[in-house]
Amino acid sequence: MNNMAVKNFAPAPVSNRGRGPKSTVPNKKYLVGTLFSLIGFAVAEVVSFKVPGTQEVNDLAYRLGLLGLIVLYFGIAVFSWFDGERRAKFLSRASFRFAMGIVLTVWDLLSTKLDILPMPFFPGPSKVLGVILEESDFLLVNTGYSLRLYFFGFLSGVIFGVGTGILIGWFAKVNYWVFPVLKITGVVPAVAWIPFAMTVFPNSFIGGVFLVSICAWFPVAFMTARGMASTQKVYFEVAKTLGAKQRYLLFHVALPNAVPQIFTGITTANALAFTTLVVSEMMGAQGGLGYYINWAKAWSAYYKVYAAIIIMAVLFSLIMKVIALIQGRLLIWQRGLVK
Amino acid sequence: MSQENLLEIVSVDRTYVDTDDNTVEALRDINLTVRKGEFLTIIGPSGCGKTTLLRLIAGLDRPEAGEILLAGEKITAPDPQRGYVFQQGSLFPWLTVEKNIAAGLKARGVYQENKADVAQFIELIGLHGFAKSYPHQISGGMAQRVAIARTLINRPVALLLDEPMGALDTFSRADLQDKLLELWENDGTTMVLVTHDVDEAIYLSDRIVIMTPRPGKISEILDVHLPRPRQRGDAEFMALRKNLLEKFHLASSMPQPEYAI
Repeated sequence: MNNMAVKNFAPAPVSNRGRGPKSTVPNKKYLVGTLFSLIGFAVAEVVSFKVPGTQEVNDLAYRLGLLGLIVLYFGIAVFSWFDGERRAKFLSRASFRFAMGIVLTVWDLLSTKLDILPMPFFPGPSKVLGVILEESDFLLVNTGYSLRLYFFGFLSGVIFGVGTGILIGWFAKVNYWVFPVLKITGVVPAVAWIPFAMTVFPNSFIGGVFLVSICAWFPVAFMTARGMASTQKVYFEVAKTLGAKQRYLLFHVALPNAVPQIFTGITTANALAFTTLVVSEMMGAQGGLGYYINWAKAWSAYYKVYAAIIIMAVLFSLIMKVIALIQGRLLIWQRGLVK
Repeated sequence: MSQENLLEIVSVDRTYVDTDDNTVEALRDINLTVRKGEFLTIIGPSGCGKTTLLRLIAGLDRPEAGEILLAGEKITAPDPQRGYVFQQGSLFPWLTVEKNIAAGLKARGVYQENKADVAQFIELIGLHGFAKSYPHQISGGMAQRVAIARTLINRPVALLLDEPMGALDTFSRADLQDKLLELWENDGTTMVLVTHDVDEAIYLSDRIVIMTPRPGKISEILDVHLPRPRQRGDAEFMALRKNLLEKFHLASSMPQPEYAI
């Protein structure tokens, strides 16, 4: 059970799948794959430059972005030339990169170039990315707001969650009194607390922190308690015969045993936290990406909405990556044990 | 060998309720004395209460009647003085070999002053180079060596072994038996081993306690006078083996035919 859950969320670097025979990609195949990786974006770049546009847009950010991708993948291709494993890894995504380039090209043609897609709802890629240059300061400030809210809210939620989980998982009295409360309040979506949070707290930031925090708190507390409860009896007995007292049993047996499940809780909490964060920003915050989306929508600037969504996608992916890295480091003892 | 008594088990009874709500007499009126420094093996078929008895000595469980004394003091709870080696799979999976061995020191809060022991015990059990490995990365035989080292680092007066080799293949088992003898001969730690393996009992023990089930009780205590180091295949060994198997009705007391058609 425990292992299954981790399996779904744990990062699966190539080294995790066991060492197979060393893969070798022939030079010719590798060159074709590299070409394939780059050509889609190159086509998009050429179309952007050569096909005359019908909409008035600033193409610079889009063109720079494409150039950036071409340079990046070319760089990786050169770097991976000497390593068989890297070669194989690079090639495995070649088709996808090609498809991405073609999708961008088609999107660009349908919108900016030929003006077929209805505006203002479906702006072209250059219009969306143009915002990032156009309003970089404002976007940066709002991204900063969101990050700050995420950081304080999520971190405090995880800390309170692990704390509550330990108390519930270890002390029968706390379990009796607190666990039912956790179970009842925990299933309520955090955003339902918005009216409460907006009136009780002195400002919208603290209100937001509260909302993100409680939505992270529940799954983490629940999984911590469950992970501790799932500790095999033999580990406690081993520790006792080695001379362990309660403190050791808690912090060096039950808690490490719970870490895989704590991370299952954290991953669940993370998804909830993103939702709560954006919704709470939309409901009366003074800044943040959610606020920016609301503000852009009021001006019917849908291209800005898309820009904010792209930033969110990148930001949240990075956050998940960081969590996965921490998880991989802490759960290094499971490597090879769980696939 | 000293004749001083280390453990005294006096009129111990222990019952438990099984999954079908039946009361099972796991142990009835057990009386046994373990001498200091001896290698004592408790053998018997499953359900004879041998593991129950070992858990009582460890203090992991309490007797319903009677008492168990270690050097005159009544045993009421687990203590590192009485090291306990469990069956397969008792290493902490989240700790490396090195940290598993150090666990006893850390649990007792004496790690800082005894740090150097860890490397020494890794060397002693022949796991040099595996210090940073995790339990799932080493073999079952290696894991049991670590389990033994983890217990011995606390310098127990008695080592209680609950079928530590039960799940190992023949080769790892013989290997670990020799290692165990080597440790015992060097330290003089009193050994109490629970096993269901007749060969293992004869190969290792000074005395063999034979237990029978329903209710679990001691039926006989056998002295093993074979000189050490013992040879698994020699005539005296085989005679004792046959004798022991007969007691469990596993071997016929009639002479075996030379061949069968």
